[in-house]
Amino acid sequence: MVGASEHWNRPSFFAMKYLQDKGYRVIPVNPQAKGEAILGEKVYADLAEIPDRIDMVDIFRRAEAVPAIVDQAIKQGAKVVWMQLGVRHDAAAAKAEAAGLKVVMNRCPKIEYSRLNGELAWSGVNTGIISSKRRKL
Amino acid sequence: MAEKPPAPGFETLAIHAGAAPDPVTGARSTPIYQTTAYVFDDVDHAASLFNLQTYGYIYSRLTNPTVSVLEERVATLEGGRGAIAVASGHAAQLLAFFSFMEPGDQFIASNKLYGGSITQFGRSFKKFGWDCVFVDADDPENFRRAITPRCKAIFVESLSNPTGVIVDLERIAEIAHEAGLLFIVDNTMASPFICRPMRWGADLVVHSTTKFLSGHGNAMGGVVVDSGRFDWAQNDKFKSLTEPEPAYHDLRFYETFGDLALTVHGHAVGLRDLGATMAPLNAFLTITGIETLPLRMERHVANAQAVAEHLERHPAVSWVAYAGLPASKYHALARKYLPKGAGSVFTFGVKGGYEAGVALVEAVELFSHLANVGDTRSLIIHPASTTHRQLTTEQQIAAGAGPDVVRLSIGLESIADIIGDLDQGLAKAMRG
Repeated sequence: MVGASEHWNRPSFFAMKYLQDKGYRVIPVNPQAKGEAILGEKVYADLAEIPDRIDMVDIFRRAEAVPAIVDQAIKQGAKVVWMQLGVRHDAAAAKAEAAGLKVVMNRCPKIEYSRLNGELAWSGVNTGIISSKRRKL
Repeated sequence: MAEKPPAPGFETLAIHAGAAPDPVTGARSTPIYQTTAYVFDDVDHAASLFNLQTYGYIYSRLTNPTVSVLEERVATLEGGRGAIAVASGHAAQLLAFFSFMEPGDQFIASNKLYGGSITQFGRSFKKFGWDCVFVDADDPENFRRAITPRCKAIFVESLSNPTGVIVDLERIAEIAHEAGLLFIVDNTMASPFICRPMRWGADLVVHSTTKFLSGHGNAMGGVVVDSGRFDWAQNDKFKSLTEPEPAYHDLRFYETFGDLALTVHGHAVGLRDLGATMAPLNAFLTITGIETLPLRMERHVANAQAVAEHLERHPAVSWVAYAGLPASKYHALARKYLPKGAGSVFTFGVKGGYEAGVALVEAVELFSHLANVGDTRSLIIHPASTTHRQLTTEQQIAAGAGPDVVRLSIGLESIADIIGDLDQGLAKAMRG
């Protein structure tokens, strides 16, 4: 998660905490908080420093910062680049897709996870899900 | 790539949207969760819920599983992003404006609204320092002329109660958006089966669900639906959604929740502090009612059209204000915005004025004399002596509720019985 904040009232902290609760491992990237820990995970200054295999890069940065992050994501072998609500960069997205990555823009993985798993409906949101099957607990 | 399946039709959504079999029991009908509160897994879970960091139920003043089903269903039928259900239509209007208005702010409304809304906007809202300017909506430019720097929103009814006035939604939406204002439409009288205001630019839609949505005259309720399309950060008018919220540790709703900002704010701040919560039983009754909304609206409209055509020819009737009649000045707008029919609530003028109106409502046997609309039963009221009596005579006439006006809400009984009852009532009223 590029742009992960150590401040608990920031949107990135919300998303990181939620995704951890759902069983995902989230590695925070934030040069200002390098060497510290956020929600029990060591903070890296740069995507390139992460020794682990990365499935998805979640970008909590302004659109101008996206192309450099996408280049690193491609180098790191990530399968998905995800840009958060309000973040969109079409050229960088095209580059990632050309390299075989899947791209999501202007969406939040916390909101999408909850939409597809019944939790977002608890907040009165139109999830677009129509099903006569029992929801999993 | 696999082809996307077609979007479900309105009838399918009216039955299924928001509702799934209960995960524990498999119950197919939505259970009534008659509980005030919900246990936390542990302290950390509780903290996440209170911080809005995870989804879940805390306390039924804010959210309740039965009410959530209704919210998602109405949001879906209106084509919106999310919804907040509340205790009544008036509570929906209060919550909608509370989400962005500050003392000293202003909004513009059509002067032909339901009389209760004119009173709420014109008198009670003043106590919050909110100033409502009423204009004649027949000329959309009247809204543009009334805009001041303090103005934040424009409010209209898609189909006016009780005058049958239809406004030019698309043009008024353009005027609102050019000025960076929110466009709010009360869609109670039409219902989303007949009119979809968000297709024409509405940012928020409000309902009294007490009317056609619940449909059976047995459950109070209201709802605010957000389109999710309004850019709250386009100017500095909507600070409650863009600036840090002190009561949630300086969280910014628009930044954190994006197009869900108003839906989350409406629960976390609006319902928390206004407390006008919908009861779970009322949500259940309304969910059940909505399942037959398309069928009921088709019959409501067909019956209303037949009654309006009959009254237009009746010797005891001086005029009929139903936009489904070609003679109505709103007929063209009705064909554009309400293509499935002009609703089932309308007014007519009885010859003999105030006394004849009073005599008619007392003479009918099948019509119920009461202050509601959108019931399975046919309803009648004489606004000047009831719903609009708090208004001055000038305001009554401006609101289309003058002394000779009788309002009907045409129900689902046999059409011959509905017309027969009006005929015998009018005959008695004419005899005096």
